[in-house]
Amino acid sequence: MNRFLLPLSIFIVVVVFLGVGLKLNPREIPSPLVGKAAPDFSQPQLYDPATVFSPADLKGKVWLLNFWASWCSGCRTEHPVLMELAKSGEVPIFGMDYKDQRDEALAWLKRWGNPYPVVGVDDAGRVGINYGVYGVPETYVIDKQGVIRYKQIGPLDPDTVAKKILPLVKQLESQ
Amino acid sequence: MTWVMLIVLLLSGQVWAGEARPLADDPVAEARLKHLAVELRCLVCQNQTLADSNAPLAEDLRREVREMIAKDMSDKEIIEFLVARYGDFVLYRPPLKATTTLLWVGPFVLLMIGATALIITLRRRAHKVVDVPVTDEEHRRVEQLLAEGSKRS
Repeated sequence: MNRFLLPLSIFIVVVVFLGVGLKLNPREIPSPLVGKAAPDFSQPQLYDPATVFSPADLKGKVWLLNFWASWCSGCRTEHPVLMELAKSGEVPIFGMDYKDQRDEALAWLKRWGNPYPVVGVDDAGRVGINYGVYGVPETYVIDKQGVIRYKQIGPLDPDTVAKKILPLVKQLESQ
Repeated sequence: MTWVMLIVLLLSGQVWAGEARPLADDPVAEARLKHLAVELRCLVCQNQTLADSNAPLAEDLRREVREMIAKDMSDKEIIEFLVARYGDFVLYRPPLKATTTLLWVGPFVLLMIGATALIITLRRRAHKVVDVPVTDEEHRRVEQLLAEGSKRS
């Protein structure tokens, strides 16, 4: 019995480690920006390039900033969730059209619907770099003081919205 | 036909010319960019450096680093800029911090455990091995067997 105890315990430890490793997503890199002020920007708006969209206009509000693009398939997956969330009126979702063609972005929103009150245009991907975006879609929850409170890497799903985003938004609203 | 091929050749030449662009126009800046980019991880294809990757984000980040070099920022400032946005993950050599202790110390701890286990096993085995003296009778028998063996072969 004793002879098998050591190999067996080593085996169990290895299995546990590998099991945990399987659950981890290497694409999800924790953002150092959570808890820090959302980087400032002034980007032209998609529907009105002459007007500027800036986070400074949203001080005192809890809002989401969603990086998306018409070429991004994950954004297509996420889109119905954003539409649903926008319809519920719980929290405004502001869009940032990341490295996209203007006409394609407009066509995409026309075809699938527009959940955003305002869409900014990040042509060169510089705003994305300042926010630590490394793959669209990415969504940030920003509080009344303009601090990033949560970062979603990859598409939002109904479960994440219900269990993480909405409770966090309610808590931030009450502050 | 000839002129069609000529046009095709001319056009394809231009395509190649577009791909072989240097990292930066200034050779000093290019050397610095290369030096920095091999230390930085591309966040899209995570096993490639920023220098190797062709992902659009890597291209953008190289552009950003190139601009920072042009602004005369030090290597430290450039690396801080990227770490502030993407975390220690962008570094191929993460700094020694509370969160990275296991990463740095882990292999040595494992080595120590292995070495200790090896020493213990060897010591135990040393106790088990007992010297058995060979008698003269056995010696003769061995010699005889060896002699027979050599005759047969």
